[in-house]
This record gives sequence, structure tokens and C-alpha cells, in this order.
Amino acid sequence: MSTTSQLGAPASASENTLAGTPPVRLIELNGLTVRFGDRDILRGLTASLGGRAIGLLGPNGAGKSTLINTLLGFYKPVAGSAKVFGHDIHTDIRFIRSLVGYTPENDAFISKMNAVSFIQMMGELSGLPSKVALERAHEALFYVGLAEARYRKLGTYSLGMKQLAKLAQAIVHGPKLLILDEPTNGLDPSARQRMIRMIREIRDAKEMRVVLCSHLLRDVEDTCDEVLILKNGQIAHYSNLDEERRANKRFLELEIYGANGDFTAAVERLGCECAVSANRMKMVLAEGIDSRDIFRIAADQQVRIRRMNFRRDSLEDIFLKAMES
Amino acid sequence: MAVYRRSYKPYSGTLTAERSRFLVLFRYSRRNLFRSKFLTVFFVLCFFWPIACLAWIYVAHSASFLAKLGLRSEFVSIDNKFFLIFMSVQGVLAFLLTAFAGPGLISPDLANGALPLYFCRPFSRAEYVLGKSSVLGILLSQITWVPGVILFLIQASFAGATWTWDNLWIAGSLILSSLILIAILSLLAMALSAWVKWRIVAGALLLAVMFFGAGFAQAINAVLRTDSGHFFDLVYLIATVWTNLFLVDNDRAISAGQAWIAILVYCLFCLWLLLRKVRAYEVVR
Repeated sequence: MSTTSQLGAPASASENTLAGTPPVRLIELNGLTVRFGDRDILRGLTASLGGRAIGLLGPNGAGKSTLINTLLGFYKPVAGSAKVFGHDIHTDIRFIRSLVGYTPENDAFISKMNAVSFIQMMGELSGLPSKVALERAHEALFYVGLAEARYRKLGTYSLGMKQLAKLAQAIVHGPKLLILDEPTNGLDPSARQRMIRMIREIRDAKEMRVVLCSHLLRDVEDTCDEVLILKNGQIAHYSNLDEERRANKRFLELEIYGANGDFTAAVERLGCECAVSANRMKMVLAEGIDSRDIFRIAADQQVRIRRMNFRRDSLEDIFLKAMES
Repeated sequence: MAVYRRSYKPYSGTLTAERSRFLVLFRYSRRNLFRSKFLTVFFVLCFFWPIACLAWIYVAHSASFLAKLGLRSEFVSIDNKFFLIFMSVQGVLAFLLTAFAGPGLISPDLANGALPLYFCRPFSRAEYVLGKSSVLGILLSQITWVPGVILFLIQASFAGATWTWDNLWIAGSLILSSLILIAILSLLAMALSAWVKWRIVAGALLLAVMFFGAGFAQAINAVLRTDSGHFFDLVYLIATVWTNLFLVDNDRAISAGQAWIAILVYCLFCLWLLLRKVRAYEVVR
């Protein structure tokens, strides 16, 4: 089964443009199918993603990491195709890899090397000259906050430090796209906060686009502006979080006292949809109606409004809906 | 840029040539190998035999020294057998060096899951294998055909143009026999280390393949009353090819052609094993 969605627009044309090339989408999937043995892991994914930070969400085994690994050319699709920055993974995988920085989900390092040497080597493998790679290795380690520990062997690092070291090797060569696979796995709350803050900084600096793969909704909500939810190898839902936030500004939750049916009827006459239970009321404001109109009706009806919240669907709501669908 | 500044900027400078990037792996792997004092000492010891052979060549051409020892010049003749003996000793040393250095090249990358970090870059599996095998290739070359050819040239300078012209094929045999040894040892060491992912076990397995292979071959020959068991004995196969290359008379149970084919099959099998394991992620079916 194929799931089709034309998704999100880029923040601006310039953000979505590689130097000297016309505007291109960050990731385009066209019927992408990946099979291991006789089991389809990704089933005909079709999507076009252009956000500055894209979250890949889904339960364990949904196909998030497989999608990333396929985009990096680690797995060959049995059908369909995918493009990264307009370059086909079948024909231009080497070029795509030169544009990408990647942090794998699991431990990935050479335990007997110190961080500087390791990251310098990774920089050189990406094509940086030796001296430049050394300089940028130091720079990357300072950037991720491992400056003091940069001459320590990687095998002695804590889990949080290893995650940061992985991030440093992913950015050392200055990629256009940073792919992070479960970057907060196993981190304590403060280390997680630090990682999230860093991803936000990278996103906001606008030098790199970010694809964040996670099953932690909070991480994705904190960092991404587009979300692709996968379930059983298919696209369960796409959400542009920015648009979602704007759209849901019309959803109100009220705590009211002294109301009778007249208040609800008056609000509904304005075209709003209402649902009342005890002294709580939920409503979707009609076009052209704002909260002042509600306050005016409440004053006319002598209804006391004790609390008024604009409530939007949290990513958790969106995710749960996608899982139920 | 000063390293104390916490900042990030994209890279817009020139990149190195893609075809030479496998040398990055060669450089780092070689540096890691020589951090071991044992390996460094053993590597130096590997040059003792070539130095002894050099002294032997000098003695063979020193009439006064031979006279003092009361030896005739025929007793110390420098010919194809001399170079085969040289290669046999260096071959054993090359094997021991491989058993020590080879398994440490790939197994740490596999054990620590580092392969995705290599292959998410513009760097292929073939380049990875080439980079790692070039470490062993150059290391083993330094103790096999390079000193062999140097000895040949020194002998040629002593013996004159006629000897050189008549025995030029020995230089070719030195190089070819070394390359066969280097290919099979490198591929075997890397394939085994890729499969067991544990350096010490891979080293032990390499020793086992070489020594227990001979025992296994003898057992097959004895039980089945055949000579086909020799195909399981890598040392025997290499020795068969070498004696053929150096034109030394021998009474071998299998022909040189069969030995060549068997070694080629072993090399291809090791390469297949290696490429099956050297992947960013292993798909468990």
C-alpha cells in the first residue's frame, strides 16, 4: 500500500537552495520500498519534505532508522526511489553522503582513539585536508562541549559524552544535512536538555538542515518544525507543527461559572462549536470571532470566566491519533 | 580560527582527491599498529635474516675470506635455492607479523560499530578494504620482496651482467611469490577478524587455520588414501607454488597449477567473507 502526501513548504526559497542550484526539496520519497528477506520494512513511502528540521517519529520497528539508512545508501530499495537535495540515492549516493552528517543510534567509535584523532580521521575521510581536519576537529569538540575531554580515549567517555562525540564527528566536515538517529537515547535529563539545546542551535543557525529520528515525542516537539510519523513501514501521518500551532489557535478551553444553556446557545449563534461538561467548556472559534466576543457574551449573560486557554493538539495527541488511524 | 571559540562554521575550502582517501585509513591504522612496542621490536627482528643473507652474499664473493675458512666457492653459491630459503624464512616471519597485526585492523571497527561512520561518508567498502589491506600489504612487502630484490641487486652487482641476465627471472619470482603470500595472508587475517570481531580470537584462528589445516590435510589423506587433503593445507599450497616459481625440483603431491587455482579460490572466498561483513549495518534475516 502506498501512502501519498505532498508535504510542507520550506521556510524560504533561499533556505531550501544549495549554492548554484535551483530550489530543491530536502527529501523526496517516491514509492520507496525496502525489503529484508520476505518482509517489507518500508512500504511504498511517498512524501516530499522541505522543513528546516524534520522529525521522524514512530514506535519501535516502524521503519525510521531503515528510512535513514536507505537515504544513506546502506540499504538498497527493492522498488521506488528517494532523493536528497534533488539527488537520487540510486545514482548519486556518493555525492549525497558528502552533504550529510550522520550520528547512528548505537555506539559508533574506536575506543582506543582519542576524540581529536578520531574526529580528525573522520574529517579527512570526508575530504578535508589533514591540517584543516585537525583544526575543525578541535572546533567541533569545543562546539559540542567536549573541549576539556578531547584528548581522552573515546572508550572512557560516558554515554552522554559519546553522543556528543558522535555529533562532533557528524558536523566536522560542515554538512548541509545532519541526520540524528535517536540522539538522546540513554541520556540523563540534563544531558538530554543539553543535546536538545544544541540541536535547536544548529537548526536556528541555518547552516544545516536537521532530520531527527526519535521515538521520544518531546524531543521532536522541541526541535522540529515538520513531523513524519511512520507506522509499520508506512506513513501514518504528516504534520507541519508550525501550521498546526497556528491552526489550533482557534481551539479554546474555558472554565465558567454561572452559565446556563443561554450562554452556550449565544456562542453557537456566532458559529462556534461548543462542548460543555459541568463548568468546563471547549469550543472552536468561528472565522472572524475572537476571545473578546466570548467575553462580551459572558458579560451579557453574567457568566464568570475563571480561566481561558488556547489549547492546541500536542504532538502526543497527533501521534496517538496517527497510531489509532 | 582559534580553537577556544565555541562556534561553528560550514566548510567551503578545497577537498582532497577521492581516489586517495583510502590512504587516510592506511595512515591512521599504521600509526595505531606501531604504538605496540612488541610489534615494533618484532618488525625490526624481521630484518635480521635479510642482513644474514646479505653477509652470506658478501662471503660468497670474498675469495680471501673463503680461503681463510677453507671453503670452496661452490659451497656458498648464490642461486635460486638460496633465494627460496630466504623467502621461506621471511614467509614464516610474515605470517607471524600478520597474526599479530592483521586481526587488529578491522575487528575494533566492527566491535565498536564504527563502520556506519565510515560509510556514511563518500567512502566505499572497497576503499575501506583497500585502505586496511594496504597496511598489511606495505608492512609485509617491507620484509619480503623489498629486501629480496635488494639482495638480488647486491648479488647482481657482485656477480656481473652475465649472472644477472641469466637469473633475472629470480627477481620476478621473488616479487610474485611475495605477492601471493601477502594476498592470502592479508585477506585471511582480515576476513577472520571481520567474522569473529575479537582481535585475540582472530589471531588464534589465523594460527589454527595455518597449522591445523596441515593436520586436517594429513588426516584426510590418511583416511581417504588420497592427495586431495593438501588442498586444505595453505602452507603446502604456498610451498608448491613457490618451489615452482623458483624452479626447485620437488616431489609434490599436487601440481603447481592446482595449487595456484586453490590459492586463488581461497583469496576469493576470503574476499567474499570480508565483503559480507564489512557493511554499515548487517541485515539479520
